[in-house]
Amino acid sequence: MTVAQRTVVELQQLATRFGQHVVHEQLDLTIYEGERVALVGGSGTGKSVLLSEIAMLREPDAGEICLFGQPITQLTGRQLTAQRQRIGMMFQQGALFSSLTVLENIMLPIQEHQRLSASVLQELAMLKLRLTGLPDHAAHLYPQSLSGGMLKRAAVARALALDPPLLLLDEPTAGLDPAGAAAFDQMLLELHAALNLTLILVTHDLDSIWTVTDQVAFLGERRVLVKQPIQQMVRNEHPVIKTYFANDRARRAIRQEQMV
Amino acid sequence: MSERLQAPRIFGSGDSVQISGDWTTAFLKQQQVLASGGRRVVQLVDIGRLDTNGALLLLQIIGSDPKDWPEGLTTEQYGLLDLVRSRAVAVPESQPRLGAVAELGRQVFHLTRHAKELLDFAGQLSVLLVSLVRHPRQLKIKMLLDVLQRDGLHAVPIIALLAFLLGAVIAFQGGLQLATYGANIFVVELISLIMLRELAPLICAIIVAGRSGSAYAAQLATMQMNQEVLALKSLGQDPFAWLVLPKLLGLMLVMPLLTVLSMLTGIGGGMLVASIQLDLSPVEFVQRFGAVVDPIHFWVGLIKAPVFALLIVNVGCMQGMLAKGGAEAVGHRTTRSVVQSIFLVIIVDALFSILFAQLGW
Repeated sequence: MTVAQRTVVELQQLATRFGQHVVHEQLDLTIYEGERVALVGGSGTGKSVLLSEIAMLREPDAGEICLFGQPITQLTGRQLTAQRQRIGMMFQQGALFSSLTVLENIMLPIQEHQRLSASVLQELAMLKLRLTGLPDHAAHLYPQSLSGGMLKRAAVARALALDPPLLLLDEPTAGLDPAGAAAFDQMLLELHAALNLTLILVTHDLDSIWTVTDQVAFLGERRVLVKQPIQQMVRNEHPVIKTYFANDRARRAIRQEQMV
Repeated sequence: MSERLQAPRIFGSGDSVQISGDWTTAFLKQQQVLASGGRRVVQLVDIGRLDTNGALLLLQIIGSDPKDWPEGLTTEQYGLLDLVRSRAVAVPESQPRLGAVAELGRQVFHLTRHAKELLDFAGQLSVLLVSLVRHPRQLKIKMLLDVLQRDGLHAVPIIALLAFLLGAVIAFQGGLQLATYGANIFVVELISLIMLRELAPLICAIIVAGRSGSAYAAQLATMQMNQEVLALKSLGQDPFAWLVLPKLLGLMLVMPLLTVLSMLTGIGGGMLVASIQLDLSPVEFVQRFGAVVDPIHFWVGLIKAPVFALLIVNVGCMQGMLAKGGAEAVGHRTTRSVVQSIFLVIIVDALFSILFAQLGW
C-alpha cells in the first residue's frame, strides 16, 4: 500500500430517512483505493440503502458523498454519467436483462458507451465472461436458464464490462452453496488482485468476510460504528457488534480462522 | 479524475513504430481504429493506464505471444496483459439455424404442444367445476367479490359511455339515410336491433377483454414467474381454485349485467340523437320500441354475454399460466391474451349469428 492512499468513497454526515423512519444519521465512512470493504450490520440497518447511495442510485436526505475525490452534487450531467461508468454494481438477484443472452447483457454497456465493431464487442464480452469464471457455452444462454452461481458471475461480468475501478456487490454469496460461495469469493479475490479493484460488499456471509475483505464497516445505531479488519472486529466489545458476532456460526468461523 | 487522460496513439514508421497513451475503456473507439491499422509495433512508450478492455485491443496490435511483446510496460501491466491473453477467447458458435424442414417440424411440435396445453387447462378447469358442485366451500368468496368490484363495478362508467356514444353514432348515420326516404320512425328498429342483438354484448366483451383479460394474464404471468403458483400448490391448494375460478364465476356474473347496461345506454344514445336530428320525441321512441321490438332480441344478446366471459377468462388465465421466462414474456402473454380473446369473441359471435338464423330467432 502506498503512503498517500487515494480515497474512492467518502461519506460525510450522511442522513437517510424513510418518512418518519431514520435509517442513517451523521454517518461517516471513508474507503480507500484498493480496499476490500464489507458493509455489515443487522437487518434494517440500511446496508443496501447505503450501497445504492454510493452507486448514485438513491439520493441521501442530507450529507455529502464524494466519489473518487469529487463531491457528486457538483457534477454536471455528463460528468455524472462518466462517474456512473466508473462504478460497477452487482444487484442481489443479478438483475440481468431477461430478454438478452448473457453475452448480450455484458455487451450492452460497452455498446452504449462507444460504437465498436461487432467482433470487438463480442471479444470484450467473452473476456469478461472468462474473467468471472463462466464456461464459454454460457454466452448464448438466457439468464433464466442459468444456475444461481452462474447468474451471480454473469452479473459481475456485466458490472465489469466497462472496467470500473470500483465494484459494489449486494449480497454476492447469498443463496449459494458453501462450495459455490467459496469459489465465488476466490474469484472476487482474483479479480481484485488482477484489475486493481476497490470492492464494497454487503454481506451476511462470515466466511466471505474472513476470506474476501480486509476492512469491515459495521452499521449500527444509524451510523458506521467502526471500520476495522475482521480480526479486530470480532474482539470489539461494543454490545451491538458483540451480539452480531456472538452467534454460533460466527464462533465457528473464528475458530476455523484461528486453526488455519 | 485527477490525472489527465492521454489518448492512445501509434506513431513512427518502419522499424520504430511506437505506441503510447492510455489504453482504457474510455478510448475503445480509437483503439479499435488503431488495432485495425495492421502496423507491427516495436516499442511501447509511455503507456499510461491499462485496463482489461484496452489490454485486449492492445493484444490485437502486439500479438498474443508474450515473446513478441515489446518492452516498455510495468510488471503489473505485463501481468494484466498476460491475464487477458490467457482468458481471451472467440465467441462460441451459437445454436445453428434450422433448415426449412426442421423449422416446420419445430413449429408443428410447438403447435401440438400448445393445443395440448389448452386442452389441459380446459380439463383442469372442468374437473374443478365439477368438484365445486360437490364442495361449494372451495369457492373463495372474497376473491369473487373482488372480481365483481374490479371487473364489474369499476367498468361501469367506461362501458356506459362507450355504448352511449356508439348508439348515438349509429342513430346519426342510420338516421341520415332513413330521413331521405322519410322513414324516420324506423330508426327505432335500427338502433334497438343492432344494440340488443349485436353491439351491446360485443362492445362489452371487447372492453372487458382489454381491461380485465389483459390484467388476468399479466397477474398470473408475474405470479408464475415469482413461483407464487408453485407456492400455492406446495401448500396443498389448487391454484385454479384461487386464481381462475373466482375470475371465471365473477366475470360470468357481471358480463350479462354490463351487457344490459350497454344495451340501455346504447339505445339511450340513439334516442337522444333521434329526438334532436329526426324530430322523434323520446315518448314516440319508447312507444314504438314497445310495439315493434320483440323481447327475443334482448335474450339473443344476453345469452352471448356469459359465453364471451368464459372465453375471456379462459384465454387470459391460460396465457398467464403458460408464461415462462422474464419480463418480456409477461408483456408477450398479455398482448396475446387480448388479441386472442377479441379474435375468439368475434368468431363466436359469428357462429351465434348462424345459429340464431337457423333457429329463426
